Amino acid sequence: MSEISEQQVAHLANLARIALTPEEISSLTSELDTIVDSIAKVQEVATPDVPATSHPVPLQNVFRDDVVGQTLTTEQALANAPESADGRFKVSAILGEEQ
Amino acid sequence: MSELIRKSASELSELLASGEVSAVEVTREHLDRIAAVDGDVNAFLHVSSDALDVASSIDERRSKGEALGPLAGIPLAVKDVLVTTDMPSTSGSRILEGYMSPFDATVVAKSRAAGLVPIGKTNMDEFAMGSSTEHSAYGPTHNPWDLDRIPGGSGGGSAAAVAAFEAPLALGSDTGGSIRQPAHVTGTVGVKPTYGGVSRYGAIALASSLDQVGPVTRTVLDAGLLHDVIGGHDPLDSTSLRDEWPSMAAAARDGASAGSFAGLRVGVVSQFTGEGFQAGVRRRYEEALSLLESNGAELVEVSAPHFEYAIAAYYLILPAEASSNLAKFDSVRFGMRVTPPGGGTVEQVMSATREAGFGPEVKRRIILGTYALSAGYYDAYYGSAQKVRTLIQRDFENAFESVDLLVSPSAPTTAFKLGEKLDDPLAMYLNDITTIPANLAGVPAMSVPIGLAPEDGLPVGIQFMAPVREDARLYRAGATLEALLLERWGHGLLAEAPELGGK
Repeated sequence: MSEISEQQVAHLANLARIALTPEEISSLTSELDTIVDSIAKVQEVATPDVPATSHPVPLQNVFRDDVVGQTLTTEQALANAPESADGRFKVSAILGEEQ
Repeated sequence: MSELIRKSASELSELLASGEVSAVEVTREHLDRIAAVDGDVNAFLHVSSDALDVASSIDERRSKGEALGPLAGIPLAVKDVLVTTDMPSTSGSRILEGYMSPFDATVVAKSRAAGLVPIGKTNMDEFAMGSSTEHSAYGPTHNPWDLDRIPGGSGGGSAAAVAAFEAPLALGSDTGGSIRQPAHVTGTVGVKPTYGGVSRYGAIALASSLDQVGPVTRTVLDAGLLHDVIGGHDPLDSTSLRDEWPSMAAAARDGASAGSFAGLRVGVVSQFTGEGFQAGVRRRYEEALSLLESNGAELVEVSAPHFEYAIAAYYLILPAEASSNLAKFDSVRFGMRVTPPGGGTVEQVMSATREAGFGPEVKRRIILGTYALSAGYYDAYYGSAQKVRTLIQRDFENAFESVDLLVSPSAPTTAFKLGEKLDDPLAMYLNDITTIPANLAGVPAMSVPIGLAPEDGLPVGIQFMAPVREDARLYRAGATLEALLLERWGHGLLAEAPELGGK
């Protein structure tokens, strides 16, 4: 069995910025426990001598010429923003009162 | 039902070129079909309001003698994961409801340039996470063969649209089987090209090292025609390959006229033949293998010992990449914003938005991915999964030393009932057992319909897999098999599908 606890799921949810409800934390804890048990089998064959693959087709870094390309206008970039002001994205306070 | 909508894109292409029908007629027939049956099927999240105008402009260009590509004037359904400037793009998620992209995905831009007529956006599991479209925030798509069953996923909308004759062509995306498994359960053709063969620019990213855009059609030739339009290098996608690609349509035509598999060595993946496969899937698959053999293919049993670890590796790599890719849905630049009662800091707004905007499967995978990437677990999970990826690539390399193509059933079962696996994530994940290895290794793969399972009368597909960059081999073999089956059946498989909209 893996060792996933509700406390851990709550911590992960905080890291992932999802305000899960207590019910969701509870059901996710048992689901993740089962899933992690199942996927942990990768460790059976992942021996130290096997190199890791991050990308399916080998590629080198790709650079483009340093010239101005087609870019969005400010209006286009802001068109989907929930809130904007003075040509910028607008958000609520970064720091809370207790900070 | 109109005869026009039953025609393949290549047949429509000839009718359009000869002037026998107009793009407006073809488009109108498909819009009428959508209006008649999509209430039952729910393949579309949005139907284009200017498709007829686009079609009309194609007719005008043709009447002026302009040389147009083979697919000019033919309707195209676009999976909602691909962004479009003229229709909303939601990726099946509430968090992107109504989102209007300021740019087109490259595959959409290329399709427009080729004269295709985008007719609508198709339903999908939210952010392409799922195998049934039941994880769409906008309700499931229904399989045209049996409306109580799943159309596959994540691209169930594109497959169902094509199977229900709502569009002759569709675009899909395939991260772990999202083009091929829906093709299998709907009796259609679906291709996942070589990783990097088709641009991912403007495809809302799920797992960037696995995602690939590809064609969803009713015939192998149609898939080739669409692949030729969307394929090729794109400077806007840094993982796009710079290769010169042969015509996939030409390969399909070669294959169809060859009438035999002479000289083709086909590897039968021994891990995908026994237990865990529905009897009717096995039966049709074994018949297809006999057909390959009796028409000149040399069948070789091939072992791919690490394929059994593919699902485990995939469900570590995909959530890890997805948890990072989906971080951009932060309520700041686009998408939904939910402010907690009484207001809150930007982080509290972000957390409330993501809680309200994401469905259960998306939350599950983001949390799983965050876990897999956590300090202390990274090496054991994500690092090990990357090593499994190497082992699976080696299995493919070893196999392709002795064979030209690999085959397997496209999925373990026929379409299951809606709701059947919704509460069991692991059971849902097992649907992708046959399709995931190709994504992990980047190799191209195709699903072609091979008949109906006797026990339930539902479609079954065979999967062909080729070495990286050898997509044309899929089209050649797939078209040969399709032609032989057509000769045997006297009609395409979809001719056996029940009538829709008979209310």
